[in-house]
Amino acid sequence: MPGLGTSFGRGGATTAPSDLVNSEAILIMGSNMAENHPVGFQWVIEARERGAHVIHVDPRFSRTSAMATIWAPLRAGSDVLFLGGLINYVLDRGKEFREYVVHYTNASAILPVDVQDSEELGGLFSGWDAKSAKYDPNTWSFQRSPAADRKPPSDATQNPGGHTKESGARAADLADYDRDPTLEHPRCVYQVLKRHFARYTPDMVEQYCGVPKERFLEIAEAYCSASGSEKTGAICYAVGWTQHSTGVQIIRSAAILQLLLGNIGRPGGGILALRGHASIQGSTDIPTLFDILPGYLAMPKFGPDSSTLAAYINRYRDRTGWWSNFDKYIVSLLKAYYGDAATRENDWGFGWLPRVTGDHSHQAYWLDMMDGKVEGLFVMGQNPAVAAPNARLERKALAMLKWLVVRDMVEVETASFWYDSPEVERGELRTEEIGTEVFLLPAAGHAEKDGCFTNTQRLLQWHEKAVDPPGDARSETWFMYHLGTRLKEKAERDPGPRNAGLNALTWDYSVTGVQREPRVEEILQEINGYTGPDRTPVGGFGELKADGSTACGCWIYSGVFPRLGENRAGERHSRSAYGHGWGFAWPADRRVLYNRASARPDGSPWSERKKLVWWDALSREWTGLDTPDFTKTKPPDYQPPHDAEGDAGLAGDKPFIMHPDGVGWIWVPDGLADGPLPTHYEPLESPIANPLYPAQQINPAALKMERPDNQYARSPDPRFPYVMTTYRLTEHHTAGGMSRTLPHLAELQPEFFCEISPELAAERDIESGGWLTIMTMRGIVEARALVTPRMRPLRIDGKTVHQVGVPYHWGSRGLVTGDSANDLLAISEEPNVRIMEAKGLLCDVLPGRRPRGAAALDLWRTHMSHSS
Amino acid sequence: MTSNQAHHNYVAEGRTVGFFTDPTVCIGCKACEVACKEWNEVPEDGLIWTGHSYDNSGSLGGATWRHVKFRETENPVGWTFLSDVCKHCEHAGCLEACPTGAIFRTEVSSVYVQDDVCNGCGYCIVGCPFGVIDRRPQPLPGAGGAFKCTFCYDRQIDGLTPACAKACPTESIQFGPLDELHARADKRVAELHARGVADARIYNPVDTSVGGIHAFFLLLGPPEEFGLPPRPEVPTVYLRGAWLSAAMTSVLALAGACLAFALL
Repeated sequence: MPGLGTSFGRGGATTAPSDLVNSEAILIMGSNMAENHPVGFQWVIEARERGAHVIHVDPRFSRTSAMATIWAPLRAGSDVLFLGGLINYVLDRGKEFREYVVHYTNASAILPVDVQDSEELGGLFSGWDAKSAKYDPNTWSFQRSPAADRKPPSDATQNPGGHTKESGARAADLADYDRDPTLEHPRCVYQVLKRHFARYTPDMVEQYCGVPKERFLEIAEAYCSASGSEKTGAICYAVGWTQHSTGVQIIRSAAILQLLLGNIGRPGGGILALRGHASIQGSTDIPTLFDILPGYLAMPKFGPDSSTLAAYINRYRDRTGWWSNFDKYIVSLLKAYYGDAATRENDWGFGWLPRVTGDHSHQAYWLDMMDGKVEGLFVMGQNPAVAAPNARLERKALAMLKWLVVRDMVEVETASFWYDSPEVERGELRTEEIGTEVFLLPAAGHAEKDGCFTNTQRLLQWHEKAVDPPGDARSETWFMYHLGTRLKEKAERDPGPRNAGLNALTWDYSVTGVQREPRVEEILQEINGYTGPDRTPVGGFGELKADGSTACGCWIYSGVFPRLGENRAGERHSRSAYGHGWGFAWPADRRVLYNRASARPDGSPWSERKKLVWWDALSREWTGLDTPDFTKTKPPDYQPPHDAEGDAGLAGDKPFIMHPDGVGWIWVPDGLADGPLPTHYEPLESPIANPLYPAQQINPAALKMERPDNQYARSPDPRFPYVMTTYRLTEHHTAGGMSRTLPHLAELQPEFFCEISPELAAERDIESGGWLTIMTMRGIVEARALVTPRMRPLRIDGKTVHQVGVPYHWGSRGLVTGDSANDLLAISEEPNVRIMEAKGLLCDVLPGRRPRGAAALDLWRTHMSHSS
Repeated sequence: MTSNQAHHNYVAEGRTVGFFTDPTVCIGCKACEVACKEWNEVPEDGLIWTGHSYDNSGSLGGATWRHVKFRETENPVGWTFLSDVCKHCEHAGCLEACPTGAIFRTEVSSVYVQDDVCNGCGYCIVGCPFGVIDRRPQPLPGAGGAFKCTFCYDRQIDGLTPACAKACPTESIQFGPLDELHARADKRVAELHARGVADARIYNPVDTSVGGIHAFFLLLGPPEEFGLPPRPEVPTVYLRGAWLSAAMTSVLALAGACLAFALL
């Protein structure tokens, strides 16, 4: 998300799967789209049938590869090297879409002399502070010729990166900098980029990614030719990119490539971030993440920047561009939370929001839990005992809780850990010694409740309840609402400062039926926003104000419920090629983001073939096949007056309206924790040393969280010679709670298996159809052996590197059971979004089953202690 | 062009319908298998890992009416998926063998087994040249009886598309009037040939006693490579010859007995 957010302005897919039919080339990488988005994949097939190249680059030959026109095997974790190779190919051969690059990106921005690139510093960018293990983000800004009236930059050294936008106080120097539109100045971003990726040659790609040179050149030519005014190319990615210690930078590489090729905001172009569940996009928009508030506003961090609302707004509000409206969104959110209790005098209740004091993400607090620092936990619709990395630690940590509430449709492994788990079987945990009080509450399924999904293309789709949930099963809404009601009743009896927020919280949804289910439509209306004592719905975020007269639960969703009775998320009559009339896409039902870029600077389409949105000189407004992602009446030749603010501060040829300078960011001057440009680092465990930087093996800002119960192999490590990747199968659903318990799904993939090449099988004497045992520094599992030529050994730096494929759906419960692949993974955090590295670890593979019980751990410990 | 999502009136019109299955757009997702089982309440029939690619369904049977075949190739590495189903033959071996009349041909010319009439004799099983129909074993519901794809007759009566075709995300399984499907299939093969996929051909054995199949396939190689018989025959085609042989044998036996008597 921050990869897309910093590059373009919003952290979400820039287009929809159905737009892929317009692509001349589609690059699918870090994704198994056919297996995980089977319905969306029909558009890829349609594109292929219309003659598009469908390129799949992946460690495995999956069901997606079977449908591709070109497949290349890849060493897991070498994605930046590969994408950098494509960038090098474009720059070396002058294949960039020049006019787009000059006008719509910051390629022309000039960097000051003291900003240094990783190529100059052996793998670090300027501004690295070894003591705090952090970069100073102030050091990557552009050169500004001196001027008397410019604001000095504020102190933004605390906690850079994260899911929210980051600029704000520094916007002045992010909008107003020196440029060279000829792209020849030696310190302009374009030239820096050229030098930065100079070593990412096709030979380098072959030697360290394992992609044969001819195949790489075939891919480069096919993909990079889908560019220019008549052609576009799209990139699709998923967790094969995000689940890396360099995940955000991998995505940034794709963003740079797409900006150079001029593909963003155009039909058949864009970047499709393929999210992993029906509503995971929704769960970052209205977040279940600790560091953001709805609509990607920042959670206030403990410190001077959040001591008052004014300081907080000053930190995050941009002077120019759409984030100049930041104050309207936070005040409207606070009014939604606190209603009449939020007044101008009390900073609209800003003081009642909790403050982030550190890393409160899943992995960090789970380690705290392991250390006995967490009393209680709610787990709702998730199964960390199977799904979270270092699952042995995950399960053991549960035993340290005083109480645990699990809400699910079946008794998942997270709820049964205390009597049914590998730890109990092995004697690491003894049921009678576990003090955790476990509450297992039945949850309603999606057909048993009203609600709304926001899917991978930012599309809100309302779904209606078909039947009441059975017995005591209840929806999340019911649970949270009634829990909140009871907590508020307690707080009312104890009105000290600690409960002030709870007492001020508005909690007045009406309930219906015997089960007293809250009316979810009222929640959606609050999310949309309203004004006045009678709560008239607002038509969109353009109507939100900072004066306390509007309330809005999530500004990016505003417009979904613009009038009483008009739930646009529930609309089902598509009336356009882009699906307007079916659901509501945020923001403002724009289906292809940044679509101003589908027109030339003068407002006319780049070509008839690739028209999407254009300026109608007669009616003096933007029009076209999609809702313009631009101020409707701003002419293409508009030039902002000196010191103009907000959207008025952006010219009529600046499509990236969320950025203070209105252009796509090839160089990211602000907002990421690990660099303004992507550069290649090896995964946290690797079979080779970093070929680019001997002194910098891994991402310096990534967190290994190394401790006795979360250990790492060396790079390389003779005990663990193989590279492992984890993934999903179409037949199962993530941690398996919803598929291992259903007969018609369980029978499709009944056993945990591991895919290896015939070469590796021969090397390790493993029979196809038999068993094998996999070990890492974290654990030991057994799986059925599926020997297949779809797993290819790679030649890396003259040596053979074998890769091992491990689907992760199994646990100890259900109609079908098996070991959990996550027992093998380490807890680690990518520095911006804190996702673990789930692909590209080191393992060993042995023939046969593992021992039962505690003997399994003996074998594992013996293996770890082998001389190396 | 009729789509899988459209309502229709084929049963009332008495129109012959079919399936055209095209593996070039099949992603092997098995939505067809699951949709079929969910709609028809077909039981789970074995939590068995076969170790054969991603195919754990194994084969068509009394409780598997859609079966996705997985075929891996090397040099270059490749993977083809094909959703197999009852062929609803023009001349159906199961129908001809059935002694109770449980199996009959519907208004849309599909072959339907009435579970409540079937006596479990099993003659249909040896009658099918494709190995489709089978008896369900204990402890499955309906054990002992013979079951197979119903062509979602109940859905078709209400103007709906069969569950598998409705669920198929890429329209690899296409449902519609048989003649229309034939036209589409021929066009598709021509398209593939033009693109250099020389192996593409239609599998519809019209020149055998089966006389053609209403659920027909596009294949990317000879049928044997996809587990399909190149020349399927309806066993009853040998009936005439078999009766004649039996009659001839009995005449000869009678003649021989008379001769033996005469010589005594």
